[in-house]
Amino acid sequence: MDDRARRRAALAQGMRNGIPIALGYFAVSFALGIAAKKAGLSPVQGFLASLLCNASAGEYAGFRVIAARSGLLTMAVMTFVANARYLLMSTAMSQRVDPNGRAIHRFLMSFFITDEFFAITIARPGYLDPFYHYGAVLVASPCWALGTALGCVAGELLPAQVVSALGVALFGMFLAVIVPPARKDKVIAGLILLCFAASFAMSRLPVVSGLSEGTRTILLTVVIASGAAALFPHEEKDTQEVES
Amino acid sequence: MLYAYILVMAAVSYAIRALPMTLIRKPIRSRFIRSFLYYVPYVTLAVMTFPAIVDATRSPVAGALALAAGLAAAWFGAGLLPVAAVCCVMVLISELILL
Repeated sequence: MDDRARRRAALAQGMRNGIPIALGYFAVSFALGIAAKKAGLSPVQGFLASLLCNASAGEYAGFRVIAARSGLLTMAVMTFVANARYLLMSTAMSQRVDPNGRAIHRFLMSFFITDEFFAITIARPGYLDPFYHYGAVLVASPCWALGTALGCVAGELLPAQVVSALGVALFGMFLAVIVPPARKDKVIAGLILLCFAASFAMSRLPVVSGLSEGTRTILLTVVIASGAAALFPHEEKDTQEVES
Repeated sequence: MLYAYILVMAAVSYAIRALPMTLIRKPIRSRFIRSFLYYVPYVTLAVMTFPAIVDATRSPVAGALALAAGLAAAWFGAGLLPVAAVCCVMVLISELILL
């Protein structure tokens, strides 16, 4: 098979595997659009944010910062904290880049590192195939941006009980990310319970509850994750296991 | 002004993804930093989920029930989309009864 045919085959396979990702993205980004709308973003702004950021938890955190009209520095720190796991994924992927490939692929693939794209692209043996990655991106990423815009638009057309119900979709997705590893790792299970309790306490106690939601999230994340790292250092058998 | 927020969000989101991919050629050595990065996603997502999920719904009880249902579904291995759906349906049903 010549090089062009091989690339086309990888692209097609990526597009096929991108379909289930696209469906999931559409539903979740619709809920994200509702959060964007609540924060005061227009459908175009919601579309742009999703097109440029490609992050569920990261965008949600960002929209909360916008809703509170906190500073740009808070936005930068909050985005960093909510997306910190991509540092790990990007690090894992950096070990699998074809050294003979063109540098542009490092920059392009980086733009589209999400939990889902990372999971399917790192699961293939050997060097990363940029065209497989792009195939999935071509199918799924437009759905992510369009879903957000539609959520912004339809969020106000939908009845209140449907909006209330869709509003918890993102939290459900977060649970689907953090709970399965907690089943295998008791430290993570304990941490999640500690986080729930600490987050609840900080949102209700005097003085600290006056801090913005973003600031409280950053404080709790740094304190709890540092404590866990100091008390329970995590031994990775393989950098490819860090997907979350 | 909102575009400034979006720009900062996009720039930081890209930097986080691009810097390791383009700069790091060796694994990070520090065990503390590796462990810290390992725990960060779980801690951030857990902190953002509760009590926010209870405050997001019209009835706090519906939010609490959605949390319980989502925890159970995820524990028994349901994927991203099914867990999200279970939480939504739980809110829909419980608010119909409660409100």
